[in-house]
Amino acid sequence: MSDSLLRTPLYDLHLSLGGRMVPFAGYDMPVQYRAGVMAEHQHTRTAAGLFDVSHMGQAHLRARSGRVEDAALALERLVPADILSLKTGRQRYALLTDGNGGILDDLMVSRLGDTLILVVNAACKDADLAHIAAALHEDCIVEALPKRALIAVQGPQAGAVLARLAPSSVDMRFMDVAEFEVAGVPCVASRSGYTGEDGFELGMAADGAVRVAEALLAEPEVAPAGLGARDSLRLEAGLCLYGSDIDRDTTPVEGALEWSIQKSRRTGGARAGGFPGADIILGQIAGGVSRRRVGIAVEGRAPVRGGARLFADDAGTKPVGHVTSGAFGPTFGAPVGMGYVEAGFEAAGTPLFAELRGRYLPAAVAALPFVAPGFKR
Amino acid sequence: MTVYYTKEHEWLRVEGDVAVVGITAHAAEELGELVFVEAKDEGTALSQGDSAAVVESVKAASDIYAPVSGTVVGFNTALSDDPSLVNRDPEAEGWILKLRVADAGQLAELLDADAYAALIA
Repeated sequence: MSDSLLRTPLYDLHLSLGGRMVPFAGYDMPVQYRAGVMAEHQHTRTAAGLFDVSHMGQAHLRARSGRVEDAALALERLVPADILSLKTGRQRYALLTDGNGGILDDLMVSRLGDTLILVVNAACKDADLAHIAAALHEDCIVEALPKRALIAVQGPQAGAVLARLAPSSVDMRFMDVAEFEVAGVPCVASRSGYTGEDGFELGMAADGAVRVAEALLAEPEVAPAGLGARDSLRLEAGLCLYGSDIDRDTTPVEGALEWSIQKSRRTGGARAGGFPGADIILGQIAGGVSRRRVGIAVEGRAPVRGGARLFADDAGTKPVGHVTSGAFGPTFGAPVGMGYVEAGFEAAGTPLFAELRGRYLPAAVAALPFVAPGFKR
Repeated sequence: MTVYYTKEHEWLRVEGDVAVVGITAHAAEELGELVFVEAKDEGTALSQGDSAAVVESVKAASDIYAPVSGTVVGFNTALSDDPSLVNRDPEAEGWILKLRVADAGQLAELLDADAYAALIA
């Protein structure tokens, strides 16, 4: 079976670091290394963790006209985010929506010179790029970059590490994008990530990935971290996992992601609507939704996992929603989760009961994130 | 005192008619770090194969099945605050529950240390 799994350029390095490999989105990926998920999570929160995210999809979007504004306007036909106002050297979170207002994927969009750089989820990348190419081919060229690697270094000491290896990185703030070399390898760096911490994601040619990873790991603050820690870190940070917390059956407003729809794309804005599902999504911004994504905190230590039902009463007679992601939060020191609840139950502090093994555990809607972000604003 | 093992990667240390039950080092390694352990309440009568406890790792929840029929007579309360004790010392300090064995005849069907070692080899 592992013969059919894809490998990232860091596969051999994972094995040499004691990575426990598991199938993930078609790739053979490390869920943890020797230190274990808890230690890797805590190390990322206190120092810096190195994550291989090369399985994610990277692509360049360029306008046939050569004008990046045309590429931005074209992409706005597929996403509700304001791409036109994205300045060169900046990154923004966006959603690909469908005609029902559902979410096809979430992605990061960066502008660098005449190019928009897209980073999409591994499991969605083929479908995303086909969708974008089909919709925009008259105006744009979509260039998939399957040979590029992506390495995240995340944590409060990531900035100090990069400052040593790439001095120009010190000028970057949260969601900035810049190019510099690390260990002689040209990288496209964004000061962002998926942990709630300060940190960078570094894209580079596959043949330079090991050199960059080894240079980072040689720094005393950096330790490798696997997919297990990545999941508990993002959950504490209140960040959605596509396919669990958001999908085609949830809209950006139900998913509490309307912050990613800037004013210019909303009703009354300069370029209002014009993206798939705009009528539904803008209607929900104006008129509300019947359910919302919220944080879920459970009393005690038992983690409540995705799929668990949520009730308004401790007898389990009034269902009000369900959990979409849940785990023990090592930094929070208690179970953390997120899920959907009916309108009227979304305020932080609203008492709920989570079904776990036939019992109804006291829980409450929790403000997200569970752990304060460490971004360098 | 005799130690038995099961194909479900549990161990039992039988003292008189009470079996101390835990998970093997192999199981603890496979599960990864535990974040929660909970056993059935004391006094619960279990048939062989019933869920006797639940262990939650960072990844998933797993049932611990009653290796023999019996009544729950104890839980390792140290695990309530420190579930990772199971990972650090799975076959001693990290024991999970105590069962008063209802049918000692069932013990004969379990594995001994050599048979278990062969199972996981």
